[in-house]
Amino acid sequence: MLGLWRKIHRTGRVAEPAPPPPGGDRSPAAAALGGSVQVRHVDAGSCNGCEVEIGSAFGPVYDAERYGARLVASPRHADALLVTGPVTRNMTEPLRRTYDAVPGPKLVVAVGDCARNCGAFAGAYGVTGAVSDVLPVDVEITGCPPRPEAIVEGLRKLTGR
Amino acid sequence: MNLAATGLGVAGTLGVVSALAGLVVPRGARAAVVGTGTALTGAAGVPAGVAALAGQSFSVTWPGLLPLSGVAFGLDTLGGLFVAVTGGVAIAAGIYGIGYARHGLQARATQAVFPLFVVAMLLVPASASVGTFAVCWELMAATSLLLVLAEHRRRPEVASAGRWYAVMTHLGFVTVLIGLVVFAAHAGGDSFAALRSAHLSGATAAAVFVLTLAGFASKAGILPLHAWLPRAHPEAPSHVSALMSAAMVNLGVYGIVRVGFDLLHGGPRWWWLLVLALGAASAVYGILQAAINNDLKRLLGYSTTENLGLVLVGVGAAGLFAASGQRVLAGVALAAALLHVVNHAAFKTLLFLAAGSVLHGTGTRDLDHLGGLRRSMPVTTGLFGLGALAASALPPGTAFVSEWLLLQALIHGLPAAGVATAVAMPLAVAAVALTAGLAVATFVKAFGVGFLAKPRGTGAAQAHESPPSMLAGMGLAAVACGVLAVLPATVLPGVAAASGFGDPTTGEAVTLRLADVAGTLSPLVLVLALVAGAVITLALVRGLLARRARREARLWDCGAGPMSARMEYTATSFAEPVQRVFDDVVRPETDVDVDHHDESRYLVQAVAYRRRVPDRVERRLYEPVLAAARAWGSAGRSLANGSVHRYLGYGFYTVCGVLILLAVTR
Amino acid sequence: MSALGVVGGVVQPLLVVAGSPLLIGVLRQVRAKLEGRAGPGVLQPWRDLRKLLLHKESVTPRGTSEVFRYAPLVLMATTLVVAVVVPFVTTASAVDPVADLFAVVALLALGAVALALAGLDTGTAFGGMGASRETTILALVEPTLLVAIFALSVRVGSTNLAAIISSTLDDPARVISPVSLLAAVALIVVIIAETGRLPVDNPATHLELTMVHEAMVLEYAGPDLALVELASAMRLSVFLGLLANLFLPWGIATTATPLALLIGVAALVVKVGLLGAALAAGEVFLAKMRLFRVPELLAGSFLLALLAVAASFFLA
Repeated sequence: MLGLWRKIHRTGRVAEPAPPPPGGDRSPAAAALGGSVQVRHVDAGSCNGCEVEIGSAFGPVYDAERYGARLVASPRHADALLVTGPVTRNMTEPLRRTYDAVPGPKLVVAVGDCARNCGAFAGAYGVTGAVSDVLPVDVEITGCPPRPEAIVEGLRKLTGR
Repeated sequence: MNLAATGLGVAGTLGVVSALAGLVVPRGARAAVVGTGTALTGAAGVPAGVAALAGQSFSVTWPGLLPLSGVAFGLDTLGGLFVAVTGGVAIAAGIYGIGYARHGLQARATQAVFPLFVVAMLLVPASASVGTFAVCWELMAATSLLLVLAEHRRRPEVASAGRWYAVMTHLGFVTVLIGLVVFAAHAGGDSFAALRSAHLSGATAAAVFVLTLAGFASKAGILPLHAWLPRAHPEAPSHVSALMSAAMVNLGVYGIVRVGFDLLHGGPRWWWLLVLALGAASAVYGILQAAINNDLKRLLGYSTTENLGLVLVGVGAAGLFAASGQRVLAGVALAAALLHVVNHAAFKTLLFLAAGSVLHGTGTRDLDHLGGLRRSMPVTTGLFGLGALAASALPPGTAFVSEWLLLQALIHGLPAAGVATAVAMPLAVAAVALTAGLAVATFVKAFGVGFLAKPRGTGAAQAHESPPSMLAGMGLAAVACGVLAVLPATVLPGVAAASGFGDPTTGEAVTLRLADVAGTLSPLVLVLALVAGAVITLALVRGLLARRARREARLWDCGAGPMSARMEYTATSFAEPVQRVFDDVVRPETDVDVDHHDESRYLVQAVAYRRRVPDRVERRLYEPVLAAARAWGSAGRSLANGSVHRYLGYGFYTVCGVLILLAVTR
Repeated sequence: MSALGVVGGVVQPLLVVAGSPLLIGVLRQVRAKLEGRAGPGVLQPWRDLRKLLLHKESVTPRGTSEVFRYAPLVLMATTLVVAVVVPFVTTASAVDPVADLFAVVALLALGAVALALAGLDTGTAFGGMGASRETTILALVEPTLLVAIFALSVRVGSTNLAAIISSTLDDPARVISPVSLLAAVALIVVIIAETGRLPVDNPATHLELTMVHEAMVLEYAGPDLALVELASAMRLSVFLGLLANLFLPWGIATTATPLALLIGVAALVVKVGLLGAALAAGEVFLAKMRLFRVPELLAGSFLLALLAVAASFFLA
């Protein structure tokens, strides 16, 4: 226990200094949330590259939580869906149902190129389409996979902090 | 004749008339006539008991009515309480029976015996001599046995339950009888007045107490003589279960209090430590078995063992305090115990009647196949919920008030106590607390799994609400629960009068304020505060803050689905953590059978999981005795091979033996 | 009902309602700092609640009954009543006939039961699982809790909270008696278990299979969820406040003057804040226990409570 204490003391703060907040107007739905965005992540068919990056976006270094975003376990607690990957046939209906389970006002964030335009999987037989073909998308985050900074920036567009 | 005597006389007459009516009235109207008659019998018993509690005692003797001893009846405050409770339960059970008995319970014998059972239970606490007491007690045992066996044609388990009940209730009767006869022999008379004025030596008094305690504890379903209870109560028709569980078992407590406090005038500490220990063990063991049981009525039966255990904790504590001269605390403890008797009668009547309604509406008592009754049986669901709240010792429930009183007695007992008491009190508190905690788990399971969510079986899916007469019987019990929970001060003076130690409270209408020790609780204020809190919250949230309408949505099934009833938590899975924590105590037997595909050992075709939780006390205590009896019987069988010559030979040799013995000794 | 009690009865619930989300904020912030993160700030729980209450919609899942809909209200009502009656800021209680330690404990249990029934009512596997675990822990906590109460109330001769707290104020030496210390440790374990903190339950988990409290509330949304979260935060504050005032009651207002009340409020805020920060710091060093190891922890705390009773008898 003492060792852990010493390590905490030695390490200090690992979170990087916050970059300036992204400009631009927020949608009314995002503005209503008032700096608190609970996020439910849905993997609609991703290769798991984006998941790794989302993991580090919420890790100590990028610390997306400091801007008011938090991952939650149930869509009922969520304000935004963080969708990764092209929407596969098997995940189309579950994705719609997840969206339906979120209480309004609700937002959708498409994370990664696959979610935006199917990326490398465009035209594949098992793919229904991009996330915007299934759900109304509010924010898109580019990259394959997107860098954690980009994910944090996308989330900050929702929280406004 | 005063009201007590008149009421009891009317009750007896009405009961006998209803029994006769049960024999002669045609089948179609039988249930209605007998049910009404039984309810009226109970309704006549209640004022009799209340009058006795108010101080109108009476006593009559008819010397010629019974050979040798005659018949003596009398009602004092203690008896009055039990008469009133029995009467109250009988009203609810009688009304309920009108609707319930219409389904296969109209047999002449069953209908005729039902009111007689009530009469016997009303007469037991009114008996004033050993002979009368024994006759009434036996009448009660015999009638209840016949009622337990009412459905033996339909279900084979009933016969086995009846056999257990018959044997154990009569063994209990025998020990009570021996105890009382020894007492009467030393007292030189069999009336209770004679017993009361007798002076027994320490050893005789102890023998009398222990013998009667064994018998009465068995009637009250106390460990280790409880084995009949979880068998007989579920198998009896539900309104009979209610009578047995809410009224009959109380008479065991009555016997202990009558003999221990009244006839023997208290006793040394070890008697009461014994009572306390038995009570605490029964409370914990009973509720533990209830928590892991899936049969709704069996669960309620075990809960009866638990509650009577709590009552005995109070009785034992009262005896301990009385033995060390703390009469105030003894009054609190005994009042708590007797108040719990009243409360238990109210909520257990409600729960057993509601369980009967579930059985009637779904055809099953297995919690694993119930659920989703909220929509099809709304009234039963609401009433069972009320009963479950009352039974789980949470405010605003009835059991909470009596357990609070009990804990007050235990807590104040420590400072002035000896070492034995000092060790006993905290352990008793811990036992009461564990019991209360497990009771919460038990009744959350019974209500949550049994009535909420989706139906787990076809019976529950096709459930239908019970007829109005059954609902009325339950409603009556529910009203009693509500009044007892919110305004316990309405019955506390009566309970205190029955305890014989005087009222432990200052007698305020709304607040229970203990008179000579610190302790204040107001259930009514508590309920009002809760309602106020809920209303303020509702007004603030729904009226002021929330701006968006409520929306109905699909259950969150992780996007897949649909969620079927098979995915729900069942009673077995709900109780699994409790079972696992108390693994060493309950020793469940589980076996898992895995069937593999013929082609490959690695492909599983089906997995069957079975769990059985045997009653461990039964296994350790009863099975050796039964095995010994069986061995003894089979050893004896070689003597009886059916040859008449041989039997004549036995007779001849025995006579010769006796003659030789006489010749030698004379 | 004294003036002091009435003032307490008004100030306390307001303080608890307003302060509890901040307490949660402090806990999260302390954790974040120790983990090297920046943290969202202590106001974040209030932002969450504001959003849930004002802007989100409530959802009634199909197939649920009134039990599901009204459970948050019951939970909130029980916690509010406790916040009113327990002497947190003033020694007199607004509703003295309810300010009994047993009644308070039972009220808090009632709230937990309402939530467990709501979990079962949804009919989901997770709801049932959470309810089953919560009631099991509740059942096992009860003996420790009541025996610890027994130890504290025996020397006062009353289970009335105002009486217990006043007697400690009159006789400060009691605080360092073995009875107090043993009972305090037992109660701390109980509080950790009852409020679902590490190592019994992880309030920040996303994995349903490890959830206890969270699993029961997975279906709540919007204002319903806000009530559940606020009530849970209030339960934590109430428990910590109870712990603080049972063992360190100093600062509590004994008269109804504005200065005394101000000191009372400040003392409570400081005590609960420090306890909360200590709890959060402790959690950094702990991992969640396996569910079936929890009974061992509770059995250990039960033993301590029993020792406390023994000490109160033999050292008296």
